[in-house]
Amino acid sequence: MSTVADAAKEAGAEARSPESAKTLARFLADLVAGRIRVVDLTETLEPGFPIIVLPPELGQCWPFRIEEISRYDERGPAWYWNNFSCGEHTGTHFDAPIHWVSGKDLPNNATDTIPVESFIAEACVLDCSRECEGDPDFLLTIDFVEGWESEHGEIPPRAWVFMRTDWSKRRDPLAYLNMLEDGQHTPGPDEHVVPWLIRERDVHGFGTESVGTDAGQAIHFSQPFPCHYYMHRNNRYGLQCMTNLDLLPPRGAVILSAPLKIEQGSGSPTRVLALVPGPASAPG
Amino acid sequence: MTTPLPRPKRKDPVKRTRLPALPPAPRSREALGLTAVAAEGRFALQRCEDCGRVQYPPRQLCGGCLSAELAWRDVPDGGALIAGTTLHHSNDVYFRERLPWRLGLVGLDCGPAIVAHVMEDCRIGERVRMSVRLDRSGRAVMLAMPPGGEAPEMDDDLELRETTCHPRHRRALVTNGKTPAGQALVRALVAAGAREVYVGNPDAWHASPELAALAELPEVTVFPLDVTDARSVHELAGRIGAKVEILVNNGYHLRPGGIRGRKDVNTPRAEMDVNYFGLLRLAAEFGPVLGARGADGPFGACAWVNVLSIYALVNNPAFATYSASLAAAWSLSQCLRADLLEGGVKVVNVFPGPLEDEWQQLLPPPKLTPEALADAVVKALVDGVEDVYPGAVAQELSARLRENPKEVERELSL
Repeated sequence: MSTVADAAKEAGAEARSPESAKTLARFLADLVAGRIRVVDLTETLEPGFPIIVLPPELGQCWPFRIEEISRYDERGPAWYWNNFSCGEHTGTHFDAPIHWVSGKDLPNNATDTIPVESFIAEACVLDCSRECEGDPDFLLTIDFVEGWESEHGEIPPRAWVFMRTDWSKRRDPLAYLNMLEDGQHTPGPDEHVVPWLIRERDVHGFGTESVGTDAGQAIHFSQPFPCHYYMHRNNRYGLQCMTNLDLLPPRGAVILSAPLKIEQGSGSPTRVLALVPGPASAPG
Repeated sequence: MTTPLPRPKRKDPVKRTRLPALPPAPRSREALGLTAVAAEGRFALQRCEDCGRVQYPPRQLCGGCLSAELAWRDVPDGGALIAGTTLHHSNDVYFRERLPWRLGLVGLDCGPAIVAHVMEDCRIGERVRMSVRLDRSGRAVMLAMPPGGEAPEMDDDLELRETTCHPRHRRALVTNGKTPAGQALVRALVAAGAREVYVGNPDAWHASPELAALAELPEVTVFPLDVTDARSVHELAGRIGAKVEILVNNGYHLRPGGIRGRKDVNTPRAEMDVNYFGLLRLAAEFGPVLGARGADGPFGACAWVNVLSIYALVNNPAFATYSASLAAAWSLSQCLRADLLEGGVKVVNVFPGPLEDEWQQLLPPPKLTPEALADAVVKALVDGVEDVYPGAVAQELSARLRENPKEVERELSL
């Protein structure tokens, strides 16, 4: 990670080189021609979308709320616009390392200081949808990842690991949060796979479809919330409440996930896009 | 004998909905003192502090000794119906639509003789019980009632009904069915004869077995409703707004704490969002149609109930921001009252003391149970009063706030 700034400098120098100019031109040509597809991994920000629920005596994240300022009417005759409010962790959102106590003192750990290169990275999509269908408490393990790697190759350094669970297909908030009397039941990584992914695979971060990067019952692990704890302790990132992961290839998708540049922000609602090899066949 | 009103038939959709006409509203400032008495369901008249004479109608001076020392005092409500007549003609639009209308002269045991509206079951020459009630204009009127216990069908007496908001045969919305108090309210409204009860379900992500059990009742339908979300309120008003005849705004957000030790205003903002802005959003969406249906048949829209708290009237530093949000809601409710009175719809404010809930767990008893709160709300509707203070704490505080608000403020700060 210490070489990111150097790499950026280098890239800046090379940007003027004919070779990278050609690369970008070819990229745009492929994009326009549909040889590169853009898949939207973002849920629509709307008041009904569930947010993470904490015990009621603790501070709470705001849900998305919106108020019209004017709509071509007496409040503003020729224009339509809204005010909205939400928390940093509302809707599809990015988690910065400063979000967790284990990452609070790291350099460049907030939405305004994270190197911008971090907002573009490859994704490895691990399909756990079949496992999660019958088991909302399904946990991703080292074994599962190794099984995936035996088919698709080793997870390269600086790649997102996305856990596809098809959880985003649960449109009923009751089923989506799956809150029972003993807490939330949603899938996530177990406490061993997270440090392993960082140590052995140098991953960029972890992404999920459910309301958190950790499993619903992760508070009861011997290391509670391992994904938050280890990922952010190692200056890695999180993405959650994503959708359309089923439209991504297991490897090769390029993820654009720039959060809002909030001063010392712990995260932000984010328009997460994936660039995938064409041909186009699915709704963006 | 009063003839009980039948369950209403479905409305003829091609007939114009009758507009709410109102009984004459102008009153002298003195006479508005009687409105204050009626709002709480008391029976009080002006009494001269010098000569002890009880007088009616209210005046600036004592009719006996010209003293200006007049005070509103609770007086015995017994009397005799001296004479009576039945109007078959009136030039007033409101009364024209409600003819025939019975009037009479009542000699009160405490002195004055009063021209009053008279219920059907009162007989000339016999004893009556006088009451001061709020009419559809929200002004005090005198109503002679039969003495003693009333038969249930008497609730259907035309002249009584014009001053009450009985749930029978009406359709009610309880905005939050997730709380025990909300669930008790639904049951109490059903028990009082409500035709349908719509129940708001906030936090749709959270299942409630209690609410699910309530939804089993044939009268009950549950709808998503989050009063912090303007769209949610708008959508529900679009679905059932034109059917609601009694709206009970019972949601509240309470977190203990005051100013000290607070690092942010998130919690106070959440309290304002539910307790104050929630009322505002509901009023903006449901208020106009409720006000337009005040005379929509014998069971037209009649009441908007706000479950507030006695701490709306004086800040309790242990629940300071909650108290402040309710003070704001109380203030806004007075505007809503003025708005809805134009349609003959009453705003009933309920000011309970501490409730039996998880946020007031450490407060010492007496605390109001959900059932007691629900009973107080239904009783307020049946009695047609505007302001209720259910429970021992609320009763005591409201009485002392009248006497000496500063003393209450200082005592609560200890």
